[in-house]
Amino acid sequence: MYQFNYERPKTLADAEALLAKSDDPKILAGGQTLIPTLKQRLAMPSDLIDIGGIKDLDFIRAEGDAVMIGAATRHAKVAQSAEVKKHNPALAALAAGIGDPAVRHMGTLGGSIANNDPAADYPAACLALDAKIHTTKRLIEADEFFKGMFETALQDGEIIKEVTFPHPEKAAYMKFRNPASRYAMVGVFVSKGPWGIRVAVTGAGQNGVFRVKEMEEALAKNWSPDAVANIKLPAKGLNADLHGSAEYRAHLVTVMAKRAVAAAG
Amino acid sequence: MSVISMTVNGKPASADIEARTLLVQFIREQLGLTGTHVGCDTSQCGACVVHVDGRAVKSCTMLAAQAEGAEILTIEGLAPNGELHPVQAAFREHHGLQCGFCTPGMIMTAVDMIRRIPDLDEETVREELEGNICRCTGYHNIVKAILAASQEMR
Repeated sequence: MYQFNYERPKTLADAEALLAKSDDPKILAGGQTLIPTLKQRLAMPSDLIDIGGIKDLDFIRAEGDAVMIGAATRHAKVAQSAEVKKHNPALAALAAGIGDPAVRHMGTLGGSIANNDPAADYPAACLALDAKIHTTKRLIEADEFFKGMFETALQDGEIIKEVTFPHPEKAAYMKFRNPASRYAMVGVFVSKGPWGIRVAVTGAGQNGVFRVKEMEEALAKNWSPDAVANIKLPAKGLNADLHGSAEYRAHLVTVMAKRAVAAAG
Repeated sequence: MSVISMTVNGKPASADIEARTLLVQFIREQLGLTGTHVGCDTSQCGACVVHVDGRAVKSCTMLAAQAEGAEILTIEGLAPNGELHPVQAAFREHHGLQCGFCTPGMIMTAVDMIRRIPDLDEETVREELEGNICRCTGYHNIVKAILAASQEMR
């Protein structure tokens, strides 16, 4: 790791002030991606602003037709939350399947979506559940938030505060995971709710998470696994690496979509 | 450099360290507690698992500074009076180790899962061991040891 200056503010206002006066800061939440990145010297921030000590960012609250989750809430807490399990069991199950138990004790919702790894799980949930991402500056719709591989709509100095997940009527997430890294080779989140029907795919796209309109339209006419069984994505634009070709991932999208619709019931 | 302080195995510990010091480096190099191992150094293998405020975490993927003020438990703190913890005793009884390199992490993970999950079954134990790699045992005896300890501690 390169040298950096480390700060652990207690309030969001202090964190914003520290970000504003740093040359090239990075926000540290759970660190489960950032610390390995620093160890490999793939990043060289001047300052690490650790938001792990800001109590106001760690909460789960059900209100009205939605669950609000603070940005620094750990995956393990979301997975075990009675509120999330009751109103949005697919989201609880997604959180329970991230990494391994030790990673889930540290990793956070905000860290996952701010990093926008093309194989991360939470971006698929946000996109499929029409989530609202509240930052220190504004509200960003999930559809507008994910901009490409490791890119989001977040500006310099902007911190995610919480994410609002409206309750779905039906939802499920199915992931075919890499057995070593536990990241999604392909993960498909399907949902039905006030927003209509959504199908979000992670792990497959070169530009990160994306929606599959063709599957959404087919499911709107007929909510059943058969409706998506014959919809194949073109391999163009999908990830290819030593774990699987683009064609293989395209195939997995259809398989995971079928399984997700079946699981959502 | 800045001074960080935490409680490790019930005792206060503090040192003047660089911000980039990992928790595992603090534990091994500053405190000399070398029971916590570094296997892969990439968050995969789990040999470095310790408890931070009661939760199992990978100490190679956490800065020491993030643990400021926290209560840390390492493998050395499990048997403070020289008598093996029930999970340690079960690993011995059921031959849950061969070379022993992964064992500190396996045991800290096991203690954490037994605390969180009252009715462990084999499938759950195997799922919960997702983040701990053993290259000797094939896991069978580790799973047996954890199930036995879980019964014992009930």
